[in-house]
Amino acid sequence: METLLSYIPLDLALIAENFDRFLYGVWVTLNLTFLSLLLGGLLSIPMAIARASKHRVFNPLVQGYTYVFRGTPLLVQTYLIYYGVGQFEVIRTSFLWDPVLSSAWWCALIAFTLNTAAYTTELLRGAIADTPTGEVEAAIATGHSDRSRMRRIILPSAFRRAIPAYSNEVIFMLHGSVIASTITLQDILGVGRWLNGRYYLAYEGFITAAVLYFLIVLCITWAFRRFERRYLRHLTRRDTGIAPHAASLPTPERV
Amino acid sequence: MFRRTILSAVAASALSALALPLAAQDTLRIGVEGAYPPFSSKESDGTLIGFDIEIAKALCAEMKRDCELIEQEWDGMIPALKARKFDAIVASMSITEERRRQIDFSEKYYKTPARLVAPKDADFEGTPEGLAGKRIGVQRGATHQCYAEKMFPDAEIVLYGSQDEVFRDLALGRVDAQLSDSLIAQESFLSAEAGGDYAFLGGDHTDVECYGEGVGIAVRKGEDALRADLSKAITALRENGTYAEINDTYFPFDIYGGRPAGD
Repeated sequence: METLLSYIPLDLALIAENFDRFLYGVWVTLNLTFLSLLLGGLLSIPMAIARASKHRVFNPLVQGYTYVFRGTPLLVQTYLIYYGVGQFEVIRTSFLWDPVLSSAWWCALIAFTLNTAAYTTELLRGAIADTPTGEVEAAIATGHSDRSRMRRIILPSAFRRAIPAYSNEVIFMLHGSVIASTITLQDILGVGRWLNGRYYLAYEGFITAAVLYFLIVLCITWAFRRFERRYLRHLTRRDTGIAPHAASLPTPERV
Repeated sequence: MFRRTILSAVAASALSALALPLAAQDTLRIGVEGAYPPFSSKESDGTLIGFDIEIAKALCAEMKRDCELIEQEWDGMIPALKARKFDAIVASMSITEERRRQIDFSEKYYKTPARLVAPKDADFEGTPEGLAGKRIGVQRGATHQCYAEKMFPDAEIVLYGSQDEVFRDLALGRVDAQLSDSLIAQESFLSAEAGGDYAFLGGDHTDVECYGEGVGIAVRKGEDALRADLSKAITALRENGTYAEINDTYFPFDIYGGRPAGD
């Protein structure tokens, strides 16, 4: 084992020595990514409803918001919040400055949340618009009001349909969170850059970072596979034991 | 001049593509930073200016070689040199033991001490105890990262991609103090409007382990001929007055071995 390791052209001892820093980086990356996903997800629900229901006032507002945040890079948004906002005396002297906008962590959280909320809104709007008409008609027929129809039929059904696409958003957000390292945060990449800055060894820091991101993505995809199996079970093809000709019958048209 | 350099660079790389590696060697590619005024910075039209830039050009003229300046972010400087994106670094890089494990250096071309900068009304001292729990901004990958982590273990060391960003966040109050080259701090922050309420905190910091013997030109290991040529060219610039000429357009005193006057 000893000799095998010596063939790897990496300073493994250095990585091991600083592994606690990398673990702290994992913590920073995870809390930023998942907090922004949670907050962005919560924000996106009312916005998606406003978009899907074509609300006279909120729909154009939300649409403008998603245009701006999907139309500009996350790095630019983060810089605008971290460096741009601090330029104004008014903000620096306001109550928002001290605990919130002066902190790199909060700036990153705000930028990431607003960004993922925009993407999730559009994703969810699509899922809501895709609700099978039959489900809506059945809800009306059983006397659901507009509100309870949204809450009990349309949203649960839309959430399920959005799961596969949302797993992409989660992974993109995780990868996008490397931007935190550009505004001084010691996330996974930040620690990799620290190691490179301290010992001038680029591979050691960045390969460790890459492996850690990869492992996190593995966990995320595994979790989403479980979700899909659980919540999209009714949509998976099952072996029904019915004779082949039954399966080859023309699919009924969507009503 | 610039156009000619580009043309010859293009010609050289075209020739090297035709398996004539000797032709490519005629153009010396030099890595520079561009975000470290007054040593290197960019005009609004993208032109590189500064002490490092002019020294680099003067060295090329002295060595009678065509040069191409290649911009590179600071913390990718050494990896890019090793990956042969350029052949030498003229970017205020201090000669240190840790860097010597990766690359070689010419003789120094200047040496200035490091100092802390903090608000004038700071209620702490520039000592390890005084800075415990404080946030100190430094440029990532600079010698100051090594020194700050070693000297101020109880402080929170905040790392930035460029020195400009360190000063900006110091002015915004996001860090309590910053550690950098004293000359840089004086020329590009303290004497500027943004630095009006700030001052040096404590005296000079010198430390051979982290700060080394001065600032040199980095080359890849084994490039001893180039290294010797560069060292010889530095000595020549010192002797023929070119160094003094460049020095005087940027600084009111000789930075070769010295320290800011009046300190």
